[in-house]
Formats: sequence, structure tokens, C-alpha cells
Amino acid sequence: MKELDIHPPLVEALLTRFLREELASAGFSRAVLGISGGVDSALVAALCARALGPQNVLGVMMPYRTSNPDSEGHARLLARELGIQTAKVDISAMADGYLATHKVEDRMRRGNVMARCRMIVLYDQSVAFQGLVAGTSNKTEILLGYSTQWGDSASALNPIGDLYKHQIYQLSRHLGVPGPILDKAPSADLFEGQTDEGELGFTYADADRLLYWMVDERLTEEELVARGFELAFVRRIAARIAATQFKRVMPLIAKLSLRTINQDFRYLRDWGK
Amino acid sequence: MALAAAIRYTIPSMPLTDCRLTVAQTNPALGNLAKNLDEHVAAIEAACAAGSQLIVFPELSLTGYFLKDQTAELARGLDSPELQRLCELSRRISILVGFVERASDGRIYNSAAFLEDGRVLHVHRKVHLVTYGMFDEEREFAAGDEFRAFDSKLGRFGVLICEDAWHVTSGLQHFLAGVDAMLAPSCSPGRGVSGGSTELSSETSWRTLLDAHALLFQTWVVYANRVGWEDGAFFWGGSRVIDPFGRLVARIEGFDTATLHAKIDAPTLRRARVATPLLRDSKPWVLARGLERIAAQEQRP
Repeated sequence: MKELDIHPPLVEALLTRFLREELASAGFSRAVLGISGGVDSALVAALCARALGPQNVLGVMMPYRTSNPDSEGHARLLARELGIQTAKVDISAMADGYLATHKVEDRMRRGNVMARCRMIVLYDQSVAFQGLVAGTSNKTEILLGYSTQWGDSASALNPIGDLYKHQIYQLSRHLGVPGPILDKAPSADLFEGQTDEGELGFTYADADRLLYWMVDERLTEEELVARGFELAFVRRIAARIAATQFKRVMPLIAKLSLRTINQDFRYLRDWGK
Repeated sequence: MALAAAIRYTIPSMPLTDCRLTVAQTNPALGNLAKNLDEHVAAIEAACAAGSQLIVFPELSLTGYFLKDQTAELARGLDSPELQRLCELSRRISILVGFVERASDGRIYNSAAFLEDGRVLHVHRKVHLVTYGMFDEEREFAAGDEFRAFDSKLGRFGVLICEDAWHVTSGLQHFLAGVDAMLAPSCSPGRGVSGGSTELSSETSWRTLLDAHALLFQTWVVYANRVGWEDGAFFWGGSRVIDPFGRLVARIEGFDTATLHAKIDAPTLRRARVATPLLRDSKPWVLARGLERIAAQEQRP
């Protein structure tokens, strides 16, 4: 996938500066993130450790009672290698307090509740640690809308949100993310046996290539088919991107006044720093 | 032939001297005029101490770039205390500074002011505002409408603010006016990391563009690009000086604040224009006739 290849030292140089400078703009020098044992959070942890120093990074493990024990093992392996601080918050009681009481059985609803419990923990831990929550969503999953809104997608700043999954692996290898994390199949680990690719119904390799040509290079449907992509796949992904746009924007505000937030009241977040 | 007849080579009032200059690759604090002004003053003091006669700051160096609604709030006239403070310092060193200019008629421009000997010698208002992709300048700024070379005590200069340099007609006018150096302040965001390249695709484009300006227009090129992040977008730096043969003379490596010291000199300029006399052979009246023909064609129903 030559078209998707990055030069890892260049991207590392940029993203470590991004973390340092954007944290400083907000008045911080520390970061908190959930470490799931997967490659995305491993990469963000590694970037934060390099950018801020490992003592300024808190990796929080947040298992639910049905989580795969390998996930925590991989998270601990990562934290040891990086030398970052860790905390473990079992979200079972917290999640079940709602899920059991209200008899939530639906798999997607349960997964969303778990993801949002983890968000609550991270935002609270970030206050105690005096850091900001670093996001761990990559470009592929953000475009596919493969995340829980206000759950795992919630963060103060995200260093990897413009990197496709293929590029995540490239940079992770460069930064020395442990082999077992690189080698296993990506999974949200919200229910037993779940894998991203199984649930999505296509491979990351195919999705990455299509998204690159569709989004980054703005090829038309006809041009994508001419490049060898199946029309049905192209249409399915295009529809998915459009249908999940709500996850990529702030809530809509009904415009009434002469100056409405985010419409004609427009300032960067770095305003006044 | 009115247009063709209007084109005249003008003789600079003062030829280029050997000019020691500093490029300040800064990281302005977004919207914080007071802090940025202090940093300008510090950079100017340091450049004076280093023996420089000219210091070049990036585009919008006093304000930062993605200003959105801050633009109007930060607009300043040439008589503002901020500009006047820098004017005072220009008694010791010539200064090119980027700022949001509020004109007397209320229009707001993305401008660069050349300050020398305690006064504003020249103001260039960015002509080619950039409004596509990640940019929205035409929402905030009025566009300038001319490229005018000016004579400093150091030589004849022309200013190109960032996107101005992407339109060959901008540099061409400075070339025909016989500038010794093009000063190119910039806020170029870095982007394009795929394809396995070891450099950003934005840097590849700019390198080509700046080298071409030096080579085709046989001029010194002084590029001052900023660094730093604004809401997730970064500016890649890469400030540099290129000689009139198109050769890189000095460059700032990396993505951090830094200063560059270089000398631009008249003998190199003369040698380039003797070796390949492009200005002598430029035949601007052919261009003028061509433009008149194109304009006439466009007027047809």
C-alpha cells in the first residue's frame, strides 16, 4: 500500500510536537488515556510518553467482567515497556448498575454503555491527574463511524485521528509497540469473540485503500471502480460515511439570534491561550 | 498598445548593497498581540546584536493565522501603538512584519509592512487570498490589488505573501520591476504525509515554487514561514534564502522556532543576470500584447 505509506520519523516529529503544544495551549503538560491492550491506544500511549515523558502519562485499564483477560495483559505489557503510570478501574459495577437494573440485553446498547462508562472514568481521572484526555480513534474508524459517540470517541485532543489503520501499524512498529499487540486481530472487546473486521464485514486493508482514494484523493465512483474497487463496496462505504456524519460534528444549535455559536460566532479552541 | 507602452524598466534609486539579514521563524500566540509584539522586539534586538540590517517575519506574525472572528478585533492601523513601536526600532534595522491591517476606509487586509528609518516605507496587501480546502481568507480579508516593488536603502524589494507566490503573475511583476530580492512571508500549513515521502508534500511544493522563483526571476528569495500549531493544524517552517541561480543558501531545519542569518549580495545577482540575461531578454511587451489579445477575446459575446 505505497500510497498509504508514511515516513514514521516525520510523523513522530509532528505528533509529539502536537501533543506538547496543544496541551500547553490549554494549560496542561500531562495526558490520560484508556489503554485497552489494542494497537490504537498503544500508539497514543507511546506518542504521549515520548512527547511528555512517561511520568506525565496515565494509562487507565477499564475492564468489564466479560472483557478478554488478554486485553489487560497486553495493556500492562505496554505500560511496563513505556514506563507510564497506570490505574485500573473495573467498570463492571458501574455499568451493571444501569444495565442490570434496566435489563439492557441488546449487544450494541450494552457496548455503548460500557464505552460511555469508560469516558466518565477517563474524564474524572484526568482531573485527578491534572491532564487532558488523549483520544485513540484512528481515521479509518472515525470515517466509518465505528465508535460510540461521547464514548470512546470522546477526547480533548487526538494525535492519531488523521492516520489510517495501515499507518497506525507503521508508526506503532517504529515506536516499538510490543509484538503481541501488533499481531492480534483488532477488537473493541465489547463482547466475546468480537473482531472489528468480523463486525464491519470487510478488512481494514480494503477500507483503508478505498477511503484514501475516496476521501483524500476525491476520486469519483467511476474512477474508484476503474481502480478495481467493487461498486457495491464503494457505495456501501460512501453511505456509511454520510450516515455517521453526526458522530463527527458538535450538536446542532437552532439559530435564532444574530450571532450563533459555531455559525457566526467562530473562534478556534486555542483562542485566548 | 496602451498596456505595452506603459511598461518601462525603472532604474532602482539605490542598487542592492551587501545585505545581512535575519529570518525569524516564529510561533505567534493566537490573537495575543501584546505577547507577539514583545517577541518581535526581542527578535529584533537579537538581530541587531547579530549585525543584521534586515529582519523578515512570517505572514500575520503579530497575530497568528486562523483568526476567524478575531480578525476584526485584531486589526490595526499603521498609526497604531504596535506598529509605531516597531517603526521606532526600524531606525536600527529594516523590518518586514505581518499584521492585520485596518485601512482608513474600514477594510481589513492581510498585510506586510516594511519599516525603515522610523517610518512605514511600504505596505503590501495580500492579493491572492486563499479560500479553499482548509482556508477561508476571503471571509475575513479584503484583497490587495497590486504588486509594487519599492526601494529600500538596502536594495529594491518586492513582497509576496504566501499564496501570492502561487500565482506566477505576482513574481513576474516584481521581476519586471527589477527587484533584487523577493521577500516571501508565509503561514503555510504542513500536510501530505503519505506516499512514503520523507518530506511533507506541502514542503515539496514550496521548495519547487521558491527555487523556480529564484531561477526564473533571477532574484534573491527570502522565505519566512512560521511554525507551531493552531487547533490541530501546524505550520512547517522551512524558512530559507535562495540565491538568483536557484541555489539554496541557508535553511532552517526542523519544525521549531529558530532564526536564520544570511547575506544577500549584489555581485551574485549581477553574475546571474550576466550568465543568463533573462531580465534583459524578457520582452514584456509581448506579454502585454498577449494580455490585450486575451482580454479582447474575452469581451466577445
